[in-house]
Amino acid sequence: MDKTANTNKQNSLETKERLKIKKHEMQSQSPDERRSNFKEVPYGYSPEDAVEEAKRCIQCKRPYCIEGCPVNIDIPAFIKLIEEGDFLGAAKKIKETNALPAVCGRVCPQEDQCEKVCTIGKRKDTPSVAIGNLERFAADYESKYGDIRIEVNKRKDKKVAIVGGGPAGLTVAGDLCKMGYSVSIFEALHEIGGVLMYGIPEFRLPKEILSRELKVLEDMGVGIFTNEVIGKTITVDELLTERGYSAVFIGTGAGTPKFLNIPGEELNGVYSANEFLTRVNLMRAYNKSEFDTPIKCGKTLVVFGAGNTAMDAVRTGLRLGYDDAKIFYRRSRKEMTARLEEVHHAEEEGIKFEFLINPLRFIGDENHNVTAVECERMELGEPDESGRRRPIPIKGSEFISDINAAVIAIGTNVNPIVPSSTPGMNLNKWGYIIADEDTGKTTKKGVFAGGDIVTGAATVILAMGAGKKAAVAIDKYIETGIW
Amino acid sequence: MYEIIGKKNLGEGINLYIISVPDIALKALPGQFIILRVNKNGERIPITLADSDKNNGTITILVQTLGKTTHLLSELNVGDSLADVVGPLGVPTEIEKFGTVVCVGGGFGIAAIYPIAKAMKSAGNNVISIIGARSKELLLMENEMRSASSEVLVATNDGSYGTKGIVTDVLRELIYDKKMQIDRVIAIGPVIMMKAVSDLTKEKSIKTTVSLNPIMIDGTGMCGACRVLVDKKTKFACVDGPDFDGHLVDFDNLMNRLKFYKEEEKASYECHMKQHHNI
Ligand SMILES: Cc1cc2nc3c(=O)[nH]c(=O)nc-3n(C[C@H](O)[C@H](O)[C@H](O)COP(=O)(O)OP(=O)(O)OC[C@H]3O[C@@H](n4cnc5c(N)ncnc54)[C@H](O)[C@@H]3O)c2cc1C
Ligand SMILES: Cc1cc2nc3c(=O)[nH]c(=O)nc-3n(C[C@H](O)[C@H](O)[C@H](O)COP(=O)(O)OP(=O)(O)OC[C@H]3O[C@@H](n4cnc5c(N)ncnc54)[C@H](O)[C@@H]3O)c2cc1C
Ligand code: SF4
Ligand code: SF4
Ligand code: FES
Repeated sequence: MDKTANTNKQNSLETKERLKIKKHEMQSQSPDERRSNFKEVPYGYSPEDAVEEAKRCIQCKRPYCIEGCPVNIDIPAFIKLIEEGDFLGAAKKIKETNALPAVCGRVCPQEDQCEKVCTIGKRKDTPSVAIGNLERFAADYESKYGDIRIEVNKRKDKKVAIVGGGPAGLTVAGDLCKMGYSVSIFEALHEIGGVLMYGIPEFRLPKEILSRELKVLEDMGVGIFTNEVIGKTITVDELLTERGYSAVFIGTGAGTPKFLNIPGEELNGVYSANEFLTRVNLMRAYNKSEFDTPIKCGKTLVVFGAGNTAMDAVRTGLRLGYDDAKIFYRRSRKEMTARLEEVHHAEEEGIKFEFLINPLRFIGDENHNVTAVECERMELGEPDESGRRRPIPIKGSEFISDINAAVIAIGTNVNPIVPSSTPGMNLNKWGYIIADEDTGKTTKKGVFAGGDIVTGAATVILAMGAGKKAAVAIDKYIETGIW
Repeated sequence: MYEIIGKKNLGEGINLYIISVPDIALKALPGQFIILRVNKNGERIPITLADSDKNNGTITILVQTLGKTTHLLSELNVGDSLADVVGPLGVPTEIEKFGTVVCVGGGFGIAAIYPIAKAMKSAGNNVISIIGARSKELLLMENEMRSASSEVLVATNDGSYGTKGIVTDVLRELIYDKKMQIDRVIAIGPVIMMKAVSDLTKEKSIKTTVSLNPIMIDGTGMCGACRVLVDKKTKFACVDGPDFDGHLVDFDNLMNRLKFYKEEEKASYECHMKQHHNI
């Protein structure tokens, strides 16, 4: 192992010693306590824990972790600063490449990215360095004790419009603003943040942290215009012409929910995950005494699906007070796409998972409220296009399960508002915008796109990565005029 | 931001507001709606555009006071502002020269149908409007409707004005007794009224457009709360509608879905009235 380690003198600890340190888990609210509140689950590292965890990094000469991070954060460098106790320096280092570290440290699927390829994680007995936890620690520390203003270059006299205030749009906005452009974000909802605001719940990403990161952007001078549905209030073409923007970036996400298309889906109590989560997150329905948007509660809630959205919905249901909140998934545990930590937290909280179950129809009472769901059991057959084994129904396995609410979390389709109102911008066969992977250029001059509206539902950090590349390309386009 | 620059009480808990929102006024077309929030802890509620003025940058809405949110709105006055107004949302009503167009409006639906009647008339149609109310004093926008139509027929439940009965009685008379050649019917009002109109016109296969009002949240196709069944298929009223072919809509499903939060809405209204008005 010594070969991959940096034997630099500053590294007072020997690699051997580093490998002996045990991984530090974050302290969290106990499952019993957190089942009934919306407060964040982990408390985060103490400075001591963070330093100890940082010591586990062996400062590889070839740091695979950096390649595993979609925005290529200089991971060994920031971890080293944490080890040295320079927490603000660490945060600054991360911010060179990632504008939303407190968010990414919390929601990145680290086990599939930076931590998946961490050198020490490849050894049998040493788990990967907790890169995400450390990133989160540095960002949280900075927000408490640091000066988080960001240097902005001299103003250029060019304007760029960003459509959609999700992670993709926010990243482009931040980067272009730093370069000196005058940037305006147009957001359809009354608050920006995209899925970070309306989808991911408070107990996983407190709104306060998001607001803090958003405020940094505002302080930099990014113009934020909410309640502007591009394609309705203003079109992309009007932004480019009448409104005088030199370029437009489209980051509108993959926001239209898919349904199962089975009988009874229109019954009351059958929700899309987006509706269920938007009521609770964006509209704060969990805080009944202060906010007006209603949400129901009952005995049994079943969520169909097994991605992050499904985990968020089922854990939200539990916290709203459903006695029994569970997951029905048509494939097996191995095919679940949610972050490992969320599945683990959900299980700790007592969420039940039932695998290889396919819903057939919802059953309602005379008031049109859902009361049960009929399902069939499945078994795994041959792998399908996605490489996952295709579930096939078992004859005669139908059963009826009593429920009071169902949440459908089986993915999303393209929201048609921007694509259908923007002539000259080509779409792929599913309706997503066609954009160059390295630059975000669409087939329409001056229009760039990135994030879920290009790739289909993906991750926060991939959306941000697309935003970074687009910002560079937008600058180049505006400077040179060459498309 | 979204300042109320005009307000008029039209009786029976219905208020007209003129709001300054230049971007929306510039784009608004008949059949579209907005979503508003009264304050920053409030719900998002959809309201149809009754009129818009590009030059002054204003929109006009008519709102019936029903529950907490519309009650809070009713307490606002000229000079106050709304927390949020977003729009114009939804697909505009199909306006073409059809021939004879009958516009049927009930309750605040009259406000919604007014810009449509106006546009249909400008497009060269013979516009006959049928508007209804419980009694003469409660009839909304009669003068406006007269200016937008070649003929206005009125129905009142108590017979204090026009035909005694409901709007469908008048429509039935046109179709069956007068054997009028009708090319298109537009009906906007309570769900039960739109259903009755659609049932009636179906017998004669007169194409009928209705404007659906399911519970909405975002109004941009993101949440799916507003889904309705049209021709047995799921449609999102906020982006696919709100206009749909009345002969294909499952009205019973819509009525059931509208009732879902009744208890919560009632509790929230009562709690508000108790805290702020001692009733
Ligand atoms: C419940 C849930 C949980 C998730 N959990 C995770 C997780 O743990 N980790 C992870 O990495 N990823 C997670 N994801 C996925 C991740 O959130 C998305 O991949 C990411 O947010 C995509 O970013 P985006 O900027 O492309 O779009 P979005 O975040 O979808 O933002 C798009 C924004 O554009 C706005 N908009 C849309 N249309 C218009 C218009 N016409 N005009 C103006 N504005 C418009 C929308 O209102 C929205 O604010 C989760 C997703 C969901 C739904
Ligand atoms: C496209 C559309 C256009 C509309 N146009 C008008 C209009 O021009 N004038 C007008 O007075 N009303 C209009 N409505 C209805 C209006 O939105 C509701 O009356 C209002 O939301 C009631 O809110 P509340 O809190 O005062 O009453 P509540 O007590 O909360 O609700 C009363 C009833 O209103 C309906 N409702 C409640 N919340 C919503 C919601 N978020 N979205 C839709 N319906 C809801 C339910 O059926 C409920 O039972 C329209 C609705 C839609 C969908
Ligand atoms: S941004 Fe995500 S992938 Fe990159 S280092 Fe942070 S947690 Fe890992
Ligand atoms: S985080 Fe892992 S891969 Fe990266 S430098 Fe440290 S030990 Fe090496
Ligand atoms: S209101 Fe949310 S999709 Fe229509």
